[in-house]
Amino acid sequence: MNEPLLQVKDLNKWFPVKKGLLIERTVDHVRAVDGVSFDVAEGETLGLVGESGSGKSTTGYCILQLLEPSSGSISFMGQELTELGREGLRRARRDMQIVFQDPYSSLDPRMTVGDTVGEPLQIHGVGTRRDRTAKVRELLDVVGFNPGFVNRYPHEFSGGQRQRIGIARALALSPKLIICDEPVSALDVSIQAQILNLLKDLQGEFGLTYVFIAHDLAVVRAMSDRIAVMNRGKIVELGPAETVYEQPREAYTQALLSAVPVPDPRAMKQRRQERRRLRHALAPEG
Amino acid sequence: MALLDVVDLKTHFFTRDGVVRAVDGVSFTVEPGRTLGIVGESGSGKSVTALSIMGLIPKPPAKIVEGKVLFEGRDLTTLSERQLEDVRGRQISMIFQDPMTSLNPTLTIGTQIVETVRRHFDVSKAQARKRAVELLEEVQIPNAAGRLDDYPHRYSGGMRQRVMIAIALSCNPKLLIADEPTTALDVTVQAQVLDLLEDLRAQHEMAMIIITHDMGVVAEAADDIVVMYAGQIVEQAPVLELFDHPEHPYTEALLAALPQLEGHGIREGRLTAIPGRPPDLIAPPPACRFAPRCPYANDRDGCATHPPELRELRTGHWVRSQHPASERTRAGAGVPA
Repeated sequence: MNEPLLQVKDLNKWFPVKKGLLIERTVDHVRAVDGVSFDVAEGETLGLVGESGSGKSTTGYCILQLLEPSSGSISFMGQELTELGREGLRRARRDMQIVFQDPYSSLDPRMTVGDTVGEPLQIHGVGTRRDRTAKVRELLDVVGFNPGFVNRYPHEFSGGQRQRIGIARALALSPKLIICDEPVSALDVSIQAQILNLLKDLQGEFGLTYVFIAHDLAVVRAMSDRIAVMNRGKIVELGPAETVYEQPREAYTQALLSAVPVPDPRAMKQRRQERRRLRHALAPEG
Repeated sequence: MALLDVVDLKTHFFTRDGVVRAVDGVSFTVEPGRTLGIVGESGSGKSVTALSIMGLIPKPPAKIVEGKVLFEGRDLTTLSERQLEDVRGRQISMIFQDPMTSLNPTLTIGTQIVETVRRHFDVSKAQARKRAVELLEEVQIPNAAGRLDDYPHRYSGGMRQRVMIAIALSCNPKLLIADEPTTALDVTVQAQVLDLLEDLRAQHEMAMIIITHDMGVVAEAADDIVVMYAGQIVEQAPVLELFDHPEHPYTEALLAALPQLEGHGIREGRLTAIPGRPPDLIAPPPACRFAPRCPYANDRDGCATHPPELRELRTGHWVRSQHPASERTRAGAGVPA
């Protein structure tokens, strides 16, 4: 088998807890990510699922070096990212991009759609001005956004349309890896399906690799080949999507899955009994 | 007699850009002890419906332009603010999506509960405090007496929502309106809060209206369901009937758009997306509001010219569409354009 596109080994991200007014002392650490390891093969989607504070987004930011890991190794296309200097990182970032949760705050309201999508091309000095304009229109077309609107501003568009702009921007430099950080959680169900389908189509078309981060278990299932369940900074369970969801080994995964409300009133009756039983078995603190 | 009878409610917002028909002719009833689920996407009018019942819509720009809200036969839309204040809390309580913004961060949890209890009952401070502890115990806050003097930021999101429920229950209301009560919570906490709400509803013999965008939540919590789209009710039925035989093309599409938790071929398959997006409620489509996104809409049936009425297809199952599922299959015209 080929070497995986992305290899995360024993990743840790600790945030210091400080006390004191004038002289700050570090009194403790929050272990946001605590010894996380996984591989992602080219063209694969790895889902990271967990509740708030589980460390799933922090893991994503550490992979992109948007946060500096406390320790551990992140190897991407054979390169150790944690050892790269500024220039090396700049080059590596062409191949890895991110799509953020909130299409309302992740786009600069003062930049036109065209400038937003074209900015990565400009920063990396790709092509002439004319080439870039053509490329922007092509990208918008690919994500199903009317290229005629390049000179408009983000506030003129709905959440779903804005997320398309964000995805077009992420695609601009033809990356290998895209970290999708809760890309549909701000969207209504009918729009959510459009965006998930778009991400699936783009993966097929461009052979993209995704790390797909979300709290919605059904959304993660829809997108992922393999799924890692996270809780309190650790991966609790990792395996093929179907195995993790339909034969979960860990009590935490079971509890999580049994808590999901499914659109089936008869099944819900059973799930309700099952989760009351599990809750007693797990006996949560406080 | 129904506990709550909403009759042809129309709440419009008068804005600079025009009149937004946020709620446009909504009627439903809530029977004592039953749970009604109102489900819809953002902008469907579900929250404005709830706020209109409670008399909490911002006036201006909003105004109830037509309709009645009959609570035990009394029309709440005709009451003065003073009279409404006695109905709110005492008869009808409401909890909201975000428990952080509904609690005052500068007052302790105890103070906020005591305030509510003393607003509605003639009791001493000490008695009200005792009642506050009981209420916190009822919503399963561990060490309730010890946590009474904590400020809201010391409580987790799930615990804050429990406090809101405790406050809402403090006067034994006959109706509890829960507007997206679990949307801001993690899935395991959501399950706990839904279980708690169901237990309390049964114990207090309350009726409940639960408003949500989540089909799973209504499948779990509701006896009867109202589906809203663009300010109108498009379908209404008892819970099993609705999920077994969804009739409106929008309800069907909404269910089909949901990703599945279990099954085969999920990763390889595509979701059934609904094309387009909900209409602008200043100038909604002239007839059927779902027509521009509906796979069955066509000129022949007048989808763009004749507004469909809400009609009873089977006992208790109402639908506003020219093309409900059962009529399509009977006519053999089930092929979308």
